[in-house]
Amino acid sequence: MVKLKYIIAFLGLFSLSLTGICQTPTAMKPIKGGTMLPLYGLDSSKVWVDDFLLDEYPVTNQQYLDFVKNYPEWQKFNVKSIFADGNYLYNWRGNRQLGENMNPNSPITNVSWFAAKAFCACQDKRLPSVDEWELAAKANETKPNAENDSLFNQRIIESYETPNTYSKTVGSTYQNYWGVYDMHGLVWEWTSDFNSVLISGESRQDGDADRNLFCAGAAISASNLRDYAAFMRYAFRGSIKADYNIKNLGFRCARTN
Amino acid sequence: MKYRLESRLIMILMLGSIISLAGCNGNSHENGESSMDIEVNGKINAQLTSPPFVPDPIGSRPAKQVIVDMEILEQEGQMANGVSYIYWTFGGSVPGSFIRTRVGDEVEFTLKNHPDNKLPHNIDLHAVTGPGGGASSSFVAPGHEITFSFKTLNPGLYVYHCATAPVGMHIANGMYGLILVEPAGGYPKVDKEYYIMQGDFYTKGNNGEPGLQPFDMQKAIDEHADYVVFNGATDALTGDNAITAEVGETIRLFVGNGGPNLTSSFHVIGEIFDKVYVEGGKLINHDVQTTLIPAGGAAIVEFKVEAPGTFVLVDHAIFRAFNKGALGMLKVTGEDNPSVYSGTIQEGIYQPEGGIIQTMPGNKGAPEAPIAQSVSERIEMGKQIYARTCLACHQEEGQGIPNAFPPLAKADYLNDDVERAIAIVLHGKTGEITVNGKNYNSVMTAQSLTDEQVANVLTYVYSSWGNSGVEVTPTMVTKVKSSH
Repeated sequence: MVKLKYIIAFLGLFSLSLTGICQTPTAMKPIKGGTMLPLYGLDSSKVWVDDFLLDEYPVTNQQYLDFVKNYPEWQKFNVKSIFADGNYLYNWRGNRQLGENMNPNSPITNVSWFAAKAFCACQDKRLPSVDEWELAAKANETKPNAENDSLFNQRIIESYETPNTYSKTVGSTYQNYWGVYDMHGLVWEWTSDFNSVLISGESRQDGDADRNLFCAGAAISASNLRDYAAFMRYAFRGSIKADYNIKNLGFRCARTN
Repeated sequence: MKYRLESRLIMILMLGSIISLAGCNGNSHENGESSMDIEVNGKINAQLTSPPFVPDPIGSRPAKQVIVDMEILEQEGQMANGVSYIYWTFGGSVPGSFIRTRVGDEVEFTLKNHPDNKLPHNIDLHAVTGPGGGASSSFVAPGHEITFSFKTLNPGLYVYHCATAPVGMHIANGMYGLILVEPAGGYPKVDKEYYIMQGDFYTKGNNGEPGLQPFDMQKAIDEHADYVVFNGATDALTGDNAITAEVGETIRLFVGNGGPNLTSSFHVIGEIFDKVYVEGGKLINHDVQTTLIPAGGAAIVEFKVEAPGTFVLVDHAIFRAFNKGALGMLKVTGEDNPSVYSGTIQEGIYQPEGGIIQTMPGNKGAPEAPIAQSVSERIEMGKQIYARTCLACHQEEGQGIPNAFPPLAKADYLNDDVERAIAIVLHGKTGEITVNGKNYNSVMTAQSLTDEQVANVLTYVYSSWGNSGVEVTPTMVTKVKSSH
């Protein structure tokens, strides 16, 4: 009898999750696509980005807590170690409890790429690609493309240097041209193909494309501040693996339009 | 063979001495190939030290496996009085921890990137022979650690630094340090050893602007440094932080230059380097006044201190020393040694071509120096004298230079005693004084000004920058002069 109860409960939970009851989804903003120059370099390396939708805010601690309540396999002590290393939800007190002094409305961090991907999938969303993310992030408050605005770039570099920004509340920095908040100033964000630029993520000898990210390339190819801010993001992406969980790394979701 | 050995004893003795000399100099491991064959014997944890200190000399220890454990911390620190900065550090200090090894050691290096850090980092050690000097194997995300190992093949003093893109920014934020590879048997023994590293910093606010100053990438690209400092801060080697020695001791300084941009003209005021290991290598130069240390390079300098006093370490590109912070102090205590340095023996009046000021024929004589007719005129004239005579040290706004030249602005020492101030302008001042709670110990020379000029410049100073507003008259100056 007791067993049956459990089975019913389990089935109930299963069907709930199938119908997509996850957490309150974040509103999305349409981003107009176009050609993009990834990182630095030559016109020949331009890429095309289709129109897409992007979450207005990074995913919060509260939203992630709601998610793991419905998906026990992503809870702190249940997660499979191949999907998330030992730093997963590092500051949480338990499977269903945020850590002490954690702000529910701060961006969720210490989550792996696998976990972020599962979260977005649950809302019929996905992680943005590097190119999509970069396209949305180069807008400042008034212009869709502010990559040649030195003040905007200086502000981005300063935010990368400022400690403990992960504990701020989402929406507390700036809203850009597309209506999206906090693209710079809170946390790094996972992208679906974060590791596609650097093959090994740690080498200056993999090939010319990768070498450009380090000593020689940084000196030769980078000519303005925009490049330096981008270098910091690409270097960060190159240093991580999909099972890493980092205190200053969160995510937001996207959807094909 | 046996016959020769027995009969030519002198020959053997000579040979023996040559071999042992070679051993002392480390020549037996002159090239990489022979260093590669040095076998390691046992395992030790490396002693790491923060500047200005260095670990114990290696002495006669054999090559070993050396475990180095270094943590990267991004943390706020003080660049100058009232100015803070987010430093990126190897081991919590700028420059990073000093690593001391000997040739043939096998270094097992673990680099830990603290979870609170925002950025990935790595380390390129110039002492490493291999791709990227270790950088390619040490790229590590926040909250992770990575281990790699290398064998030290070439003796010398080497820079290490972070080589993660954008490299310039990581270095500009303080990510550099020194690793020493001693030759077999070590360097000759000295009495004191210190660790000093120069670096240039680029802040959003100009030099002296208070508060937390962010890094300014544009200034770094333009190479317009706001601060050029030893050991990461303007006061890292001054005042209570000065390095010390006793008269008669031999000092060895391990001096590096992290850059990112500027080359150092390293000089110690009042000393001559008896020995310089040029560029940190094996070549030794003697009797050097100033040695050039390139960005990403190092030098070992040695000298014996023969006289007591404060010896000032500078980058002799001298505006960096007095205006941007590249100034350190070596305080030497002990007995005066008049045969080395006498101090002032006699002061006198110098008047060229006899005691009378001569004039050219037909010249109506120098125009009369103008006399101030009112307080405002006095202030105006005093301002010009200040700009010519005082500004270089006491600075435009009377703010002085921390730890070197006392401020005049809102200075208690100045406002408390007008006659004392007059006397100092007339006669100069040597020795320790306290101004606004800070100690200064330097020299102000006597100024060759007329009584009128002394009155004017002091009235200007007293009427400026929140000072008491007292008017100093020529009569007051004359009184002080005659009372002396």
